[in-house]
Amino acid sequence: MTLKLGVPSKGRLMDKTFDWFGRRGIGLERTGSEREYAGAVSGIDGVELVLLSAGEIPRELAAGRIHLGVTGSDLVRDKLAVWDDQVIEVDPMGFGFADLVLAVPSCWVDVDCVSDLDAAAAAFRKVHGFRLRIATKYHRLVREFLRREGVADYQLVDSQGATEGTVKNLTAEAIADITSTGETLRANHLRVLSDGLIHKSQATLFKSRAACWTPETRATLNTLTHIIDAGRD
Amino acid sequence: MPNLTDITAEAARLRNAFEATGAAVIEAAILQPADTLLDLYGEDIRARAYVTSDPLRGEQMLRPDFTVPVVQLHMAGQVDPARYTYSGKVFRKQEHDPHRPSEYVQVGLEIFDGSDPEAADADVFATFAQLLRPYDVKPVTGDIGILTAAINGLSTSPERRAALMRHVWRPRRFRALLDRFAGTAPQPTARTALLKRLAAGKDPLRGVGPQIGLRSAAEVQTRLDLLQADAALPPLPSSEVDLLGQLMTLKERAPAALEHLRDIAVDLPAILGAVQRLDRRLAALRARDIDVDSLDFEAAYGRTTMEYYDGFVFGFSAPGRRDLPPVATGGRYDALTRVLGKGRTIPAVGGVIRPEVLLAVAQNADLNEVGS
Repeated sequence: MTLKLGVPSKGRLMDKTFDWFGRRGIGLERTGSEREYAGAVSGIDGVELVLLSAGEIPRELAAGRIHLGVTGSDLVRDKLAVWDDQVIEVDPMGFGFADLVLAVPSCWVDVDCVSDLDAAAAAFRKVHGFRLRIATKYHRLVREFLRREGVADYQLVDSQGATEGTVKNLTAEAIADITSTGETLRANHLRVLSDGLIHKSQATLFKSRAACWTPETRATLNTLTHIIDAGRD
Repeated sequence: MPNLTDITAEAARLRNAFEATGAAVIEAAILQPADTLLDLYGEDIRARAYVTSDPLRGEQMLRPDFTVPVVQLHMAGQVDPARYTYSGKVFRKQEHDPHRPSEYVQVGLEIFDGSDPEAADADVFATFAQLLRPYDVKPVTGDIGILTAAINGLSTSPERRAALMRHVWRPRRFRALLDRFAGTAPQPTARTALLKRLAAGKDPLRGVGPQIGLRSAAEVQTRLDLLQADAALPPLPSSEVDLLGQLMTLKERAPAALEHLRDIAVDLPAILGAVQRLDRRLAALRARDIDVDSLDFEAAYGRTTMEYYDGFVFGFSAPGRRDLPPVATGGRYDALTRVLGKGRTIPAVGGVIRPEVLLAVAQNADLNEVGS
């Protein structure tokens, strides 16, 4: 039985994943035509490359349809309930850095931290008759963060893209989104709360607990981790 | 865990028992409009309730409890006083513990009667105690009303009291606010800098970019004014913070707790009314043959788990069975009826029994007997 390794199927995340394995002596490549999602592995036997959307890799790991998978640590935490019961972090890979942050309009000079946001939310609800809206696609991570921080009188509204524009478009009052440089936030007149860092994400190699671990796949995993460890700087 | 047939039979037995005390049987829809529940409970309910969408009615939730639909049915019916019982499934997503069931039966009793609230409290509790007498379960009582009365009596601004009141349910945020108001936690540096700029007459809105979003510049200004007024307030006296701390950790047999609370009321007279209500409730419980002398009272009971209760609260649990949720829980929820009634309030108290937990407790007792 082969060990299935799930890797993002396109873009920078795929290229950097291929580079990361390549530097450790394991060749990953896409084969066939440009549009065909097929891959080949060299430098190790018994590993099959499965090309997937990064967003689907957490689910595939949880279901055990792949043994290993590369995806953002934010996606695993957001998409899987009790994520550490379902997958194990094998290696943070040192790229794909992004912070999930809570941001408010820069003109809210009275709101610097999460505690201020909570107070502003209470007042907002009184004035407008509904809960202050926070736009995000990271529902679980954001909700758990706000619950831990004891924030009330907010609601999450779903935003799958262009989240930074929701405040200007009056569909949300604040946002929680991924940022690496903060450029897009600033361009949209938003400011990160001083204690508004929800999760520091990076591309990570995960191992599935639910996958079928036979002596064969275990042996392959052993070889693979040896190669990875040997290639570590 | 017991099988569904046994649970259904047990639920029917319990509902019949409630019916025999004069309660009318009431049914509630399983699909409930999500916006009412979301507005009431906040975003947390989304993590706990199953949300589904209906093409015409919009977002719906599988009922996470009976309280809201029962209050609504009662308000539509306009019959006061009223006494209801119901039995049916509620649905809760389990995000953290896969061993807890995501659908389970609740059998409940609810009383809407403002004529003598303490007698109604005692009525519900005594009815539950009577039904649960044959089982190895132990009650705990509490009273959220004492805590909220204490907060209302703090010698500080109405805004600070409202902030604390809002977070009674969130101990961590509550503690942080209390420490800030008492001056024992330092003010965040950004706040200090902001206040300094305001005091110097500088416009804090200069250079921060355009006004965007629904929250207006006037709303920002209102809060800036509040922050300035708040900064000028003296810290909350440490004696009051201590009394609040004593209150929140109070855990005694009911008569001793009452004495202790009377002592606290000497320094914090705002709780006097709530303490008198506790006194009347204990008398009403005695009148119903409840052994008040051995009844446990915890002033903060239900503070983190029973968010809509605002007065008397109670729970029955099996001692030594930390693996099981409480067999029964209940309490007074006047404020909830005010929110749902859009201004109209109906004093209400009630509770639910979970028959499958009760059966699990009974099964365990049988096993112990076989083993001994």
